[in-house]
Amino acid sequence: MTVQVEVSSFTGFWNSFKRNRMGIVGLIMVIAAVAMAVLAPWIAPYDPKAPIQVTIDDIYAPPSPEHWLGTDDAGKDVLSNFIYGARVSLTVGFFASFISIVIGGVIGIVAGFYGGRTENVLMRLTDIMLVIPDLPLAVVLVALTKPSLLNIIFVIGILGWTSTARLVRSQALSVKERKFVLRARAIGASNMYIVRRHILPLVLPLMVANTVLVISLAILNESTLSFLGLSDPTTLSWGQMLNFAFTRGGMSAGAWWALVTPGFGIVWVVLGCTLLGHGLEQVLNPRLETHHLSVGAEMVARPARPPTHAVDARAIEG
Amino acid sequence: MLDFKHAPVLLDVRHLSIDYVSRDQPPAHAVEDVSFILREGEILGLVGESGCGKTTLMLSLMRLLPAAGRIVSGQINFLERDLLSLSEADVADMRWKDIAMIFQGAMNALNPVRTIGDQIAEVIVRHNLAGDKNFLEQRVSELLELVGIPARRRNQYPHQYSGGMRQRAMIAMALACAPQVVIADEPTTALDVMIQAQILELLAKLREKLGLAVILVTHDLGVVAEICDTVLVMYGGVTAEYADVNTIYNDPKHPYTQQLLGAFPDLSKPQDELIAIPGYPPRLDALPPGCRFAPRCSAAFDRCHHQQPALHRLDGLHVASCHQLETR
Amino acid sequence: MSGYGYLLKKIGWALFTIVFVIVLNFFLFRVLPGDPARAGLRDPRLTVEAIEAIRVRFGLDKPVINCFETLNPLKLGSCTVNPMQTQFFIYVGNLLRGELGISYHTNRPVADMLIERLWNTVLLVGAGQIFAIIIGITLGLVAAWRARTAVDYAALVSSLMAWSLPTFWLGIILLFIGSRQFGLPIGGKATPGANFAGVWEEWLDTARHMILPTLTFTIVFVGEYMLIMRSTVLDVLSEDYILTAKAKGLSTFQILKDHALRNSMLPMVTIIALNLGFTVAGAIQIETVFSWPGLGQSIFEAVGRRDYPMLQGAFLLIAVSVILANLIADLLYSYLDPRVRAG
Repeated sequence: MTVQVEVSSFTGFWNSFKRNRMGIVGLIMVIAAVAMAVLAPWIAPYDPKAPIQVTIDDIYAPPSPEHWLGTDDAGKDVLSNFIYGARVSLTVGFFASFISIVIGGVIGIVAGFYGGRTENVLMRLTDIMLVIPDLPLAVVLVALTKPSLLNIIFVIGILGWTSTARLVRSQALSVKERKFVLRARAIGASNMYIVRRHILPLVLPLMVANTVLVISLAILNESTLSFLGLSDPTTLSWGQMLNFAFTRGGMSAGAWWALVTPGFGIVWVVLGCTLLGHGLEQVLNPRLETHHLSVGAEMVARPARPPTHAVDARAIEG
Repeated sequence: MLDFKHAPVLLDVRHLSIDYVSRDQPPAHAVEDVSFILREGEILGLVGESGCGKTTLMLSLMRLLPAAGRIVSGQINFLERDLLSLSEADVADMRWKDIAMIFQGAMNALNPVRTIGDQIAEVIVRHNLAGDKNFLEQRVSELLELVGIPARRRNQYPHQYSGGMRQRAMIAMALACAPQVVIADEPTTALDVMIQAQILELLAKLREKLGLAVILVTHDLGVVAEICDTVLVMYGGVTAEYADVNTIYNDPKHPYTQQLLGAFPDLSKPQDELIAIPGYPPRLDALPPGCRFAPRCSAAFDRCHHQQPALHRLDGLHVASCHQLETR
Repeated sequence: MSGYGYLLKKIGWALFTIVFVIVLNFFLFRVLPGDPARAGLRDPRLTVEAIEAIRVRFGLDKPVINCFETLNPLKLGSCTVNPMQTQFFIYVGNLLRGELGISYHTNRPVADMLIERLWNTVLLVGAGQIFAIIIGITLGLVAAWRARTAVDYAALVSSLMAWSLPTFWLGIILLFIGSRQFGLPIGGKATPGANFAGVWEEWLDTARHMILPTLTFTIVFVGEYMLIMRSTVLDVLSEDYILTAKAKGLSTFQILKDHALRNSMLPMVTIIALNLGFTVAGAIQIETVFSWPGLGQSIFEAVGRRDYPMLQGAFLLIAVSVILANLIADLLYSYLDPRVRAG
C-alpha cells in the first residue's frame, strides 16, 4: 500500500529525506564519485595521456609504492586510469540518461495529457520497446554505426526511455483529473500553462527518483557495451579498462588489480544511484511496510492481575 | 424474540483500554475503559461514527490488532476465561472456533484466487473438525445451503458471486466451526437495501436456529432498531451510552445518542429537515481534554470541556457518560 | 472480456510485434551506414567482378523496396521492378522458409549455426534462472514477512548490491577466483580435446563448465527477483484476506504458504517474463566472459567479424524468442488467474 506525498517545499522534503539512511548513503556515494571525476587532474598521481617508456616488467605490475593499484596492459597506472575513467563513465551516463528522460518525459506527458488515439499509439510503442531486448539491439545498432562515444550515448539514450514514459504518463493521468486542472481550464488557462504550473511540480519529484535509476542503468549499459568492445578504445571508460584487462591477458597474468578496480568503480556509482533512488522513492511514495503479519509491540501490555471483584455478570444488572 | 436476559453470559468485557503506539508520538487512545456483556442468543448493536474505536474494539476481542495496537488494561472474559492471558497458540485455537468474525467488504476479505469452498474447508480442517473428504464436502455444502447459496457453487471464485452472495458466503464461513459468538463488522454497508434486509433476516434466523450471540457493528440506526437486543453507543473511543434497545430509542440519556436519533430521518414526517450533527469526530491524536463529545454537544457547559464524565449507572443495564446525569 | 478474446488479443499483439521486429531488423541492416556487401568484403584480393558476383548471390543487387531510392512512396507504379523481387520481400520469403541467410564468415547457413547454439544458451539460462527464481522467491517472501527487521534490511541491502553488479564483471571476478583457487574450467562448454567414456562423463564435464557461469547468472538475478517478490508480498500481506486468514486461526506458516505465496506468484510470472530482456543481456555478457558457445556469444563474435547475416539472424532469433516467451508467460498468467480465466 503506497501513498503519494506531494512536495510542497524543498526544505520540507529535505527534512524527510535527511532521515532516510539509504538515501543519504546513496547521495554521499554519488557525490564522492562525481567529486573524484571533477578533481581528477588534482588527485590522480599520473596523467594517463602522457606517453611513457615501457619495459616488460612494467606491464601488469602488481601494486607497489609507485603504483598503488599496479599497472595495466600498457604499463599505465591503474589508479590514475581509474580516476580519469570516472569522467568518461559518468559523462556518458549523464548524457545518455538525459536523452532518455527527455524522450520519455515528452512521450509520457503527451500521452497522458492528450489521451485518446495518441496515447494508445504511444503506449503501444512503449510496449514494443519494452519487449525487444535492450542489449542485443544496442549491440546491433552500435555495430552498424561507427563505434564512438557519441554513438554509444545516442544508442543508450534512445533505448532507455520506457520507464520514464510510463511513470510520467501515469502521473499526468492522475493529475489531469484533479479539480484544479478543471478549474484552471474553466478560467481559460492554456494547455502549456497547466502543464507548467500544475502538472510539473507534482510530476517532477518522482521524475528525480526515476532519473537517478535511469542514470544507473545508463552507466551499467555503457560499461557493458565498452566491455564488449563497442566503444571508442581511446577514451578509457571503466568498461573499456575492463575490456583491455580481460582481452589482453589480464586473467592469465593474475592481474587482479586491473580487473577489480574498474568494476569496483562501476558498482560504487551504480549502487550509490540505486540507494539514492530507492531512498527518494521511499520518501516520495512512502510505503506502509507493516502488514497483517507484522510483529509489533507486545499486543497485551497490561500487567497480569486477577479480577478485583467476583465475576458475576448478574451483578451488573443490579 | 428469545428471552436472553437470563441466558448464560458468553462474553464479559471489562474496562478495556487500547492504545496505538508510534515511534515518535505519544500513544493514541483508541479505546478507553469500555465494558459490556454478551449473553447467549443476544444481538448487541455497536454503534458509532467511523473512527470511534468500534473496529479496534472488535479486533481486540480476537487479538487481531495491527502491529501498532496495544491493549493496555482490562479483561476480556469468554466463558470465564480471560482471553488476554492466553498464549499466542491458544488464541489461534480460540479464533473462529469460539468467536468468529464477518468482515466488511467481502470482496477484499476473501482470497480472490481460491474457491469459496476451499476457503471454508480450510478453516474446518484447521480446527480439526473435518472427518474424511466426503464429510468435509458435505459440511461445506450444508453451510452454503444454510445461508441460501446453492451448494454446487462451492467451486466458484469470489468474483463470480454477487455482492450479497459474497456477504452470505462470509457468514457461512464464519459459522463453519460452530462458534458461540459472531462479530459482524458492518455486514450490510455497501449493499443495497433489498440485500441488506435479506442479510439481517438471515442473521436473525440463524440466531433463532443456532442460539448464536452476535455483535453487530454498524453506523446505521435503522439496522439496530430492527434486530438488536442491546446497544452500545461509542464516541471518540469511550462508551457514550449502553442499554437495551427499547431504552436507547425511547429514553436516551446521552446527548450524542439523542442527536443520532434526531438525525435519523423519520419516514412518517418526510417534511422535516435532515439534521446533521455539526462538526467532526475527534482525531485520536487530538482528543479534547474533557468530554469527547463536548465540542459538538448542544448541551455542553463549562465542566464538560475540562473533565471527562464518568459512566453513570442509570438502571439495570443502562449506563451513560454525561455530566448532566450527575445531579441524580 | 471472454477468455478467448483475451487470448486472441495477446497472440495478435505478439505477432504484430514480431512483424515489427522483422521489419526493423531488415531496415536497420540496410539503412544504416556501411554497405553490408562492402563491409563484409574488405578483402582487397577480390576483383570487381567477384564482388559483383557475390552481391548477386546475396541478392544485394536488387532494390531494397520499390522506389526506396527516390524516397517518394506515393509515386507508385513508376518503378519497373516487380515488388516481389525487392530485397525486403525476398528476405521475408526466406524467413518463412526458415532461412536466415549465409554467414559471411563461415559460409554456412546462419540458421544451422544458430540452432546449435540456441540449445546451449537455453541450458545455461534455464539453470541460472531456476536457481535464481527459487532462491529469490524464498528470500523475498521471508524479507517481506519480516519487513523492517534486521533480516529484511540485510536481504534488502545484499539484493541491491547484487543488482548493482555489472554481470560481466561478476563473471570475471568469479572466473578469476574460481579458476585460480578452485581449479574450475577457464571457459567453454567442454574440456578441449577430451574423449569421454560415455554420456554421463560428458554431462559431468559440461556440468563442471557450467558451475561458474550459472553461479554468476544466479547471483545477478537473485537480487532482482528478491526485490520484486518482496514488494509483491508486502502488497499481498496488506490485503484484507490475510487478516481473514489470521482471524480463522491459521498459523503464520500456513498463511504464508496458502495465501501469500499463491497470490504473489501470479504477478511474479509476469515479472519474470518481463525480465527476459535482461536475461538475454545477461546471457550475452556471461557467454562472452566464459566463452560459452551460445547465442550470446554468436552476437559477440558476429560483431567482431562484421558478419552481418549472422548478426542479423542472431538478433532476430533472440528478439523473437523473447517476444514468444513473453506471450507464453501472458497466456500462463491468464490460465493461472481465475479472474481472467473464467471471464
